[in-house]
Amino acid sequence: MPERTRPGLTLGPVYYLWDAAKWRDFHFRIADEAPVERVLIGETVCSKRQHFIEPHLAEVVERLEAAGKEVVFSTLSLVTLARESKQIREMAAESDHMLEGNDLSALAVLKDKPHTISPLINVYNAPTARLLASRGAKTICLPPELPFASVQEIAENCPDIDFEVFAFGRMPLAISARCAHARSKGRIKDNCLFVCGEEPDGLPVKTLDRQSFLTLNGVQTVSHACQSLLGELDDLVAAGIRSFRLSPQDCNMVEVARLYRAVLDGVMGADEAIAGLQKIYPAAPLSNGFHHAREGAAWVARARNLQAS
Amino acid sequence: MELICPAGTPAAFHEAVDAGADAVYCGFRDETNARNFPGLNFSREELKQAIAYARKKGCETFVALNTFMRAGAEDIWYRGAADAIACGADALILADFGLMAHVAEKYPEQRLHVSVQASASNPDAINFLVDTFNAKRVVLPRTLTIADIARIGKSIRCEMEVFVFGGLCVMAEGRCSLSSYATGKSPNMNGVCSPASHVRYRKDGRDLVSELGAFTINRFPEGEAAGYPTLCKGRFDIADSSGYAFEDPVSLDVMGELEALKAAGVSALKIEGRQRGKAYVAEVVKVMKAAVNSPPEQRGALLSRLRSMSEGQKTTSGAYEKRWR
Repeated sequence: MPERTRPGLTLGPVYYLWDAAKWRDFHFRIADEAPVERVLIGETVCSKRQHFIEPHLAEVVERLEAAGKEVVFSTLSLVTLARESKQIREMAAESDHMLEGNDLSALAVLKDKPHTISPLINVYNAPTARLLASRGAKTICLPPELPFASVQEIAENCPDIDFEVFAFGRMPLAISARCAHARSKGRIKDNCLFVCGEEPDGLPVKTLDRQSFLTLNGVQTVSHACQSLLGELDDLVAAGIRSFRLSPQDCNMVEVARLYRAVLDGVMGADEAIAGLQKIYPAAPLSNGFHHAREGAAWVARARNLQAS
Repeated sequence: MELICPAGTPAAFHEAVDAGADAVYCGFRDETNARNFPGLNFSREELKQAIAYARKKGCETFVALNTFMRAGAEDIWYRGAADAIACGADALILADFGLMAHVAEKYPEQRLHVSVQASASNPDAINFLVDTFNAKRVVLPRTLTIADIARIGKSIRCEMEVFVFGGLCVMAEGRCSLSSYATGKSPNMNGVCSPASHVRYRKDGRDLVSELGAFTINRFPEGEAAGYPTLCKGRFDIADSSGYAFEDPVSLDVMGELEALKAAGVSALKIEGRQRGKAYVAEVVKVMKAAVNSPPEQRGALLSRLRSMSEGQKTTSGAYEKRWR
C-alpha cells in the first residue's frame, strides 16, 4: 500500500438556495478561515436557480484559489431539459477547472477529462469505481447510503482511486421532477417564485405525530438528521479514505471544518468533537446509521462502536 | 408498440403470456432485482420453464438484475446474469455500470436494456450507456414529460420503453434513499422500498396509524381506507399544513396518451406490478393489449375498465404531464 497522505477535507456544494450575497460571503469566509483543501461550487439541485450565484462566481473562485483551495465546479443532479444538457456540455468544453459529475450525462461529456464523481452517482462496488476511473474520474465521493463494509471493500480493491466519504451534513436522499417545496406553498415548479429561498436550511417535513423526519430543498429531499462521521474517521482513514466531504448547512461551517480537522490530526478526541458539533449545529440530531448498516436516521453511539469492534 | 408485462410468479407469467404480452419481465428470488419481496420471483428452474413457455407462444422474456451489486458480493449478480442468459433470457435489464460492463464484455451478443433504476434521463446519459455497454433499449425514468421523451427520442441511438400503468415513483428512480433512511433497506441495495418487514399498524384512539420503521407515515380516521405506508405517499406536516407532501396515494395511468407516446417514438409500454397477483396481471394485460390494438376512438371503454383496477382507483399522468411538477 502507498504511504498514507494526510486526509483532506472537501466542502461540498451549497445545496440550498441562499441569497447571492450570503453565498458569496460564506465562500469568502471559507477561503479565509476554513481548513479545507477543496471547495465545490455551483448549483446542483435546480437549474432554475442558477442565475443567483452567477454574478459572484468569478470573485468567489478567485478568493478561494488565492487562499490555496482547489476549486471544483459541480454540475446539475437531475438533467432532463435540452438547456441543462447543453450547459453541462459547455462547461466540459470550456471550463479550465475540474468538474464534478452528479448525473450520467456528465459522465458522458467528461470522458477522458480529469473529473470528480459526486455522492449522487451510484457507486456501490469496486468494478463500478474502476470503470469510472478508467474514464477519467480522479476522486469519487461515495453515496451516503453505503455501509462501512462496502466502503472498505471498494477502497481496498481500488488503491489508485481517491475516495471521499460524505461526513457532515443533511444527507441528500432523493430528487424529483416535482417540487414538493413549491407545492407545499401552493405553487408548482414552473411558477415557483423561488420560494425555496425562504428556508436557507431547508423546510422541515414532520410526521403526523410531530416527529422530525425529512427536509425539503426545492426538488431535493434531504434528511432531517445531520450525518456526522466524527467518531468513524479513524476507521475510514485506516480503510484508505483520502478525504471527507462537509456539506454546507446554515451554520458556522468554518468551525465544523476545524472540528473535523482536529480529529483527523489527532489533536481532539471524537467525543469532544461530537459535543462541539452539536453546539455548532443544534438544528438537527446527528446520525451515522448508514455507516453502521442501520437505518440512516439512526445514531450509533461511540460506546457501542467500541464494543462492536 | 410492444407491451411489456410484469410477472412476480410463474402463474402470473403464464397469465401474462396468455393474455397477449409481447414480453414479460421478471427476476430471480434474491437481492439482484428491485422487487425482492417475500414470496415473489423465480428460481433458476422456474425461469427456464417460463422462458420456454413464452418462446412457444412467441413472447419474449426480460430478466431484471436491476439492483446495485453489493461490494464484495458481485458474484451473486454475475451468476444471476450467467444463469439468466443460460435460461434463454431475451434481454437483461440492468442498472449497475459494473454489471453492465461485465455483461457487455463477457456476453457481447446478449441484449442489454437499461433499467429505470439507472436513471438515464437525457440523451447524453443514454448515448453514454449505448456507446459504453451497447445498450439496445432504455427504460425512461418517470421524471420526463411526453415532450421531453419526443425530444430525447430524436437524439438517442436505442429504443425507448416507458412506464404507462401501475405504481408510480415520485422520486427519480435509482436515486432515492428515503426507504433506507427510515428502515435500513433500499431499492438500490436490497431491492425493496418501504418493506413490509418494517411496517406496523397501530390503533391510536379512533385512528389507525401506519408506521415505517420508527416513523409515522399516515394516520387514518375511522372509516377512511388505510393504505400501505409507502414512504413518499404518506401524509406529513409541513409548516402549518398537513397532507400528502410528495404524492397522493395514486397510481400511474397514461394509456390515454398512447398516440402521443407513439408519435414520440416510444417502442415499448411497460406495466408496473411484479408484486401483483395473477388475476390482476391477466386482466390488465388483456385490456391493455386490446387498447393498444384498437383505433384511438374505440379505446375509451377499455381504458375506463382499466381505471377501475388501479390502486385506490385514483390515477395520475405523473411527470408525463408538465403541470404535475
